[in-house]
Amino acid sequence: MGLLDYFKQRRGSDSAAIAKERLQILVAHDRRGDGPSYLPQLQRDLIKVIRKYVAVDNDAVSVSVEQDGAREVLELNVVLPD
Amino acid sequence: MARIIVVTSGKGGVGKTTTSAAFAMGLAERGLKTVVIDFDVGLRNLDLIMGCERRVVYDFVNVISGDANVGQALIKDKRNPNLYVLPASQTRDKEALSVEGVGRVLEQLAEEFEFIVCDSPAGIEKGATLAMYYADDAIVVTNPEVSSVRDSDRMIGILSSKSRRAEQRLEGIREYLLVTRYSPERVERGEMLALEDVQEILSLELIGVIPESSAVLNSSNAGVPVILDRESSAGIAYGDMVSRYLGDDLPHRFLKVEKKGLLGRLFGG
Repeated sequence: MGLLDYFKQRRGSDSAAIAKERLQILVAHDRRGDGPSYLPQLQRDLIKVIRKYVAVDNDAVSVSVEQDGAREVLELNVVLPD
Repeated sequence: MARIIVVTSGKGGVGKTTTSAAFAMGLAERGLKTVVIDFDVGLRNLDLIMGCERRVVYDFVNVISGDANVGQALIKDKRNPNLYVLPASQTRDKEALSVEGVGRVLEQLAEEFEFIVCDSPAGIEKGATLAMYYADDAIVVTNPEVSSVRDSDRMIGILSSKSRRAEQRLEGIREYLLVTRYSPERVERGEMLALEDVQEILSLELIGVIPESSAVLNSSNAGVPVILDRESSAGIAYGDMVSRYLGDDLPHRFLKVEKKGLLGRLFGG
């Protein structure tokens, strides 16, 4: 084992930073709740429509409803492939 | 007026029963009359951790269904006269519990005890929701690990919406965070969520940090609440946690890696 490997091992993987980032996103999502019951179906339909034009992954389309004061905002996020 | 405390987490195996046993024993040691109830009907284990498994005659479900009275089911701790255990039923399932039944038993216990500690089962099903329903305070037990933190966050949401205090629009349950199995070594190496990270995500008042310690398994092997192992870091940390619950302002311990001396490093001690 080289000296460099030794120091790398000492410092560890820093997987904790990844854990924190994943948790923050997940918890924020959990706290928003599931939203209206039609959301999952809407998401599936949208994926179908978008796929007529672009090949996107299942997780490339996200749909959520956010409460902004008295207004409800439907947020649609599509990540196009490179 | 008795104070009802639920020890909860959502996720299993994070140390709810260990905490319930230690916390109840800690209160009793300070001269406070305490009863600890096992809500894990069908999978009872508090009796084992408390070391009274061979003295169970009647259980919580027997009392709810009227087959026994509270006095018959309570097991007096042999080490501390202020402490009693109400074991769960091993043969029934959680459907045997009801809001009214649990309420009646708690009301009776409140006449005799100052503190009622409810050891919640894992999950968010009936046993868990009933364990927290009547609570005044909640201790949310969390390991510094993604699934445990997520489940705790979910539990915090349930505590604020599905308890008696929430339903009757009373002052909310006082919630405290207890981080268990904490390893400063692994945090320093970047392998474990740091205390500040867990706190930042859950934003609850921190009541204690229990370090990873071999004393916890040793104590459960022997049926002795780990708080009685006064030499161990876990035992000391639980002692601090009980003091904080009762209002003492103590700094948290065992958060930093202990520096080994030259001899320790040479001999790997």
